[in-house]
Amino acid sequence: MTHAIFALPRPAPSVLPGFGLTMGLTLTWLSLIILIPLAGVFITSAGLGWTEFWRLASDARTVAALKLSFGTALIAAGLNVAFGLLVAWVLVRYSFPGKRLLDAAIDLPFALPTAVAGLAFTALYAPNGWLGSFLVPLGLKVAFTPLGIVVALVFIGLPFVVRTVQPVLADFDKELEEASATLGATRFQTIRRIVLPTLMPPLLTGFALAFARGVGEYGSVIFIAGNIPYVSEIAPLLIVIRLEEFNYAGATAVAAVMLVISFALLFVINLLQAWNRRRIGFAG
Amino acid sequence: MTFASLTRRSAILLGASLLLLGLTFEVRADTTILNVSYDPTREFYRDYNAAFAAHWKKETGETVNFEQSHGGSGKQARAVIDGLRADVVTLALAGDIDEIAKAGLLPADWQARLPDNASPYTSTIVLLVRKGNPKNIKDWDDLAQPGVAVITPNPKTSGGARWNYLAAYAYALDRFDNDDARARAFVGAIYRNVPVLDTGARGALTTFVQRGIGDAFISWENEAFLARAEFPGQFEIVMPSISILAEPPVALVDRNADRKGTRKVAEAYLNYLYSPEGQRLAAKHYYRPRDAQHAAKEDAARFADVRLFTIDDKFGGWAKAQREHFGDGGVFDEIYRPGR
Amino acid sequence: MTPDPLAIEIARIPAGNPPPPRARFRTPLSEVLWVRFGLIAIAVAFLALMLALPLAAVFAEAFRRGVEPFLAALVEPDALSAVRLTLFVAAISVPANLLFGLVASWAIAKFQFRGKSFLITLIDLPFSVSPVISGLVYILLFGSYGFIGPWLIANGYQIVFAVPGIVLATIFVTFPFVARQLIPLMEQQGTAEEEAALSLGAGGLRTFWSVTLPNVKWALLYGVLLCNARAMGEFGAVSVVSGHIRGKTNTMPLHVEILYNEYNFVAAFAVATLLALLALVTLVLKSALEWRYGGELAASGRH
Repeated sequence: MTHAIFALPRPAPSVLPGFGLTMGLTLTWLSLIILIPLAGVFITSAGLGWTEFWRLASDARTVAALKLSFGTALIAAGLNVAFGLLVAWVLVRYSFPGKRLLDAAIDLPFALPTAVAGLAFTALYAPNGWLGSFLVPLGLKVAFTPLGIVVALVFIGLPFVVRTVQPVLADFDKELEEASATLGATRFQTIRRIVLPTLMPPLLTGFALAFARGVGEYGSVIFIAGNIPYVSEIAPLLIVIRLEEFNYAGATAVAAVMLVISFALLFVINLLQAWNRRRIGFAG
Repeated sequence: MTFASLTRRSAILLGASLLLLGLTFEVRADTTILNVSYDPTREFYRDYNAAFAAHWKKETGETVNFEQSHGGSGKQARAVIDGLRADVVTLALAGDIDEIAKAGLLPADWQARLPDNASPYTSTIVLLVRKGNPKNIKDWDDLAQPGVAVITPNPKTSGGARWNYLAAYAYALDRFDNDDARARAFVGAIYRNVPVLDTGARGALTTFVQRGIGDAFISWENEAFLARAEFPGQFEIVMPSISILAEPPVALVDRNADRKGTRKVAEAYLNYLYSPEGQRLAAKHYYRPRDAQHAAKEDAARFADVRLFTIDDKFGGWAKAQREHFGDGGVFDEIYRPGR
Repeated sequence: MTPDPLAIEIARIPAGNPPPPRARFRTPLSEVLWVRFGLIAIAVAFLALMLALPLAAVFAEAFRRGVEPFLAALVEPDALSAVRLTLFVAAISVPANLLFGLVASWAIAKFQFRGKSFLITLIDLPFSVSPVISGLVYILLFGSYGFIGPWLIANGYQIVFAVPGIVLATIFVTFPFVARQLIPLMEQQGTAEEEAALSLGAGGLRTFWSVTLPNVKWALLYGVLLCNARAMGEFGAVSVVSGHIRGKTNTMPLHVEILYNEYNFVAAFAVATLLALLALVTLVLKSALEWRYGGELAASGRH
C-alpha cells in the first residue's frame, strides 16, 4: 500500500525547484515516525484473526464507547468552530483592553497537561465545585456525564480552530473587503460572501483537527466522564481496559477501528477542502 | 534586525541550551536498584529504601541507590514485560507478577522463593464512610441497598479494585451458602450503586474525598488509614464482618538483575522486608506485618481482628479468579451492565 | 491590481494597534459599534468560562496553603529533574518538527500533485491517534517483545522506558503542528511571488529564505509555539513509554500525576502552574516580538 502512495506524487509542471527533495524528505520522515510505528497497530491486531477482531469491534459495549467518543468529539468540534471563529475574529480585528492576555491564553489547553485540565474541570463542575454548586441544583449535571466530556473536549480543541483561523485572517487582504464595500455590498454581505469563503479552509482544518484530537483524548476525559460502561465510557478507556487484560491484540483492535474511522473522516474533510480551494481558485 | 539573523541567533541559543542540558544529566557509578511498585506503596518504600541503604552500608560498606517507579499494578507489570528494567517488582496482585513470569523474566515458582507467599506484608479491604456514618453503613449488605452511592475503581483497570470486588463476592458466597447466582446478583447490586467508576484507586479516593461524591468508599485498609491521616476528622473506617486477605507480593526479576549484576543486593533488599525493621516500617505505613511483634505498639493496635478469607480458599487462586471474573466476557462484564 | 493608498494604509496597521478614530463610526469596513462590543463580550465570556476559570482553579489549588508550600514544591529535586527532562525533550522534538514542517509544507503547498489530500491526512494522523496508542506503537516497535526491540536491547540500546522513547513519543504527538499551520497559509499565498523571485534570477534556497519564509513567519512561529507547548504538556503518550522512574524518566506532566496520587495536591498544582506559566511566558515573548517588529513585519510580509 505504502509503495503505491509513494509512487503517486508527481507534480503538475511548475517552475519552482525542490519538489523531489522536499517530497522525498517528507515521505521518509513521515514513514519513520508515523507510518511504520502505526503499521504495528494493524499488524498486532491482525494477530487476532478476523472473527475475533469482528467480535471485539462489534461488541455492544465497544460500539457504545465508539459512538460516545465520536459523538462528543463531533459536538465539541462544532462548538469550537463557532466559538473559535468568533474568538479569532475578535482577536484579529478588534482592539480592547486585555486582548494580548486573551490571545496568550488561547494556547493554554496545549500547555496544561491534559490530566490537570481534567482535574480542574472536575473540580469546577463537581456538585461541590465553583460552577457545579450552581448548576447541579438547577438540574444540570456536567461532571460525570457525557456533557462533561463535551466540555473537556471543547477545551482541548479550542486552540486548533483559533490558531488555524488566526494567521489566515490576519493575512487577509482588506482590499477585497474594500472592493466589495465599494461595489455596494453591506457589511454582512461582505463577510458572508468574501470573508467566510476565505476562512473556510482554515475552519475546516480546525474542525478536523479538533475533532480528531477529541476522539482520542484520554487524560482529561477520564476524570470528568464518570466512566460508566454504555453511558460515559470512552473508546480510549476500552483500549486501556484491554491492555490491563494483557490483551495487546484486543487493545490494538479497538485502536485500529478508531484509526480507520478518524482517518476516513479526516480524509473526507481534506478532500472537501481541496475541492473548496479549487472552487475559489486560490492556488494560482 | 532581519528575520534571518533572528533565526540564526535563536539557533545558536538553542544549541547552547541543549549542550547545557546534556551536561546536567549526571552519571551514577554506585549500584542502583529499580523497584517497580504500585501506587499506595510510595510512602512505605521511601522510608524502607533509606532504612535498607543504611543497613547495607553497615553490612557491606557498599552504597546502594534506589529508583522508584509507581503506577497502576497491571500497567507496571506490562512495562516490566515490555522492557522496563526493574530489579525487583512489588505489586498489588500475584496475577500481575505471574504475567511477568509468563514472559520469562522470572521463574514460574517465584511465589515459593520467599516466605508467606512472597508477601511480606498484607492488608484487607475495609469501608471508608463519611464522619458520623450518616447512611449507617455497617457491612457489605448496606452497600447493596438502593440509595447508597458507593465509590470503587474499575476492577478492569485497577488491581486494587479486584480485591474490593473479590471481598464483596466472598462475603456474598459466605452469606448465600455458596450460591453463585445470588452472589452475582448481590455484587451486581453493589456495582449498580457506583456513580463514578474511576480507573485507579487513588483517583477514586479523590472523587470520594475532594468531590464529595458517594456514601462509602471500598478501600484497602492501608489506604483507608492513610486517607484518614491525610484528611483528619472527615472519615471513619468501618470494618465489615468478613473480608479478604489481600497479599501484595514482591519478587526478584531474575533476568534484569542478572543482566545488571544486582542479584545479590536485590535479594537482600527483598529479604530485609521480613526483618524486624522491615516489618516495623510496613506496620508504620498501615500494612499488616506478617510478624506483628515487630510492629510498634500503637501501630499494631490499629489492626482490628476480623475473619479473613484468602483468595485460595474462595476462588482457587489468582490465575483462576482472574480468568473467571476479570477476563474479557468474565463474571464482572456479565453482572455489570448499567444503563440498560 | 493597483491598490488604493487607503488600503495600503490599513494593511500597514499592525495587528493589535488601536484602529484609527474614524473606525469608530459606521464604515463599510467594520461592524457597528454594538455588534463589535457584543462579539467581544461573547468571546471574552466564552474564554473566561473555558480557559480562565480552569486556570484560576489550578492556581487556587496551588496556593491553597500559601506561598511557601508552593515554592517548596518547585525546588524539590524530583521536580527540578522533571523540569530539566521536559525542557530537554522539547529542545529536541520542536526543532525536528520545525524542519519537517517547513520541508513538508513546501512540497505540499507549492506544488500540485495527485494524492495531496491523502498525504495531508497522513500528516494529520497523530492528532487522531489516541495518546494511549501513540505511546503503545513505540512499545510494539521497541519493547522487549517488539519488532526490533529485542535486537536493540541485546545490543545495549534502551529506547522505551528511557529518554529516547519519551522524545520519540513527543515527536509523534506534536508531528503535525508546524506543517498544519503552514500548509493552509502557503496554499492561500500561492506561488506567484516565488515565481517572480526565480524569474529575477534568485536560486531556490534564496527564494525560499527571502520570499517564502518571511511570508509565513507568523504562522511558523505560531506552529512552533503550539508544538512546544504541546511537547511540554503531553501526558498520555509519554506516560506509556516513560516507566515513571522518579527523578529519571518523569516529565513535568507525569510528575504532576505522581504528586497528585500522593495526595500532595498543592505540589501537584504548583508544578501544573509552572507548565501553564511556561506557556504564558512563551506567548508573552511572541507578543513582544510582534509588537517590537510589528510595523516592519506587517509591511514586508505583504509585498
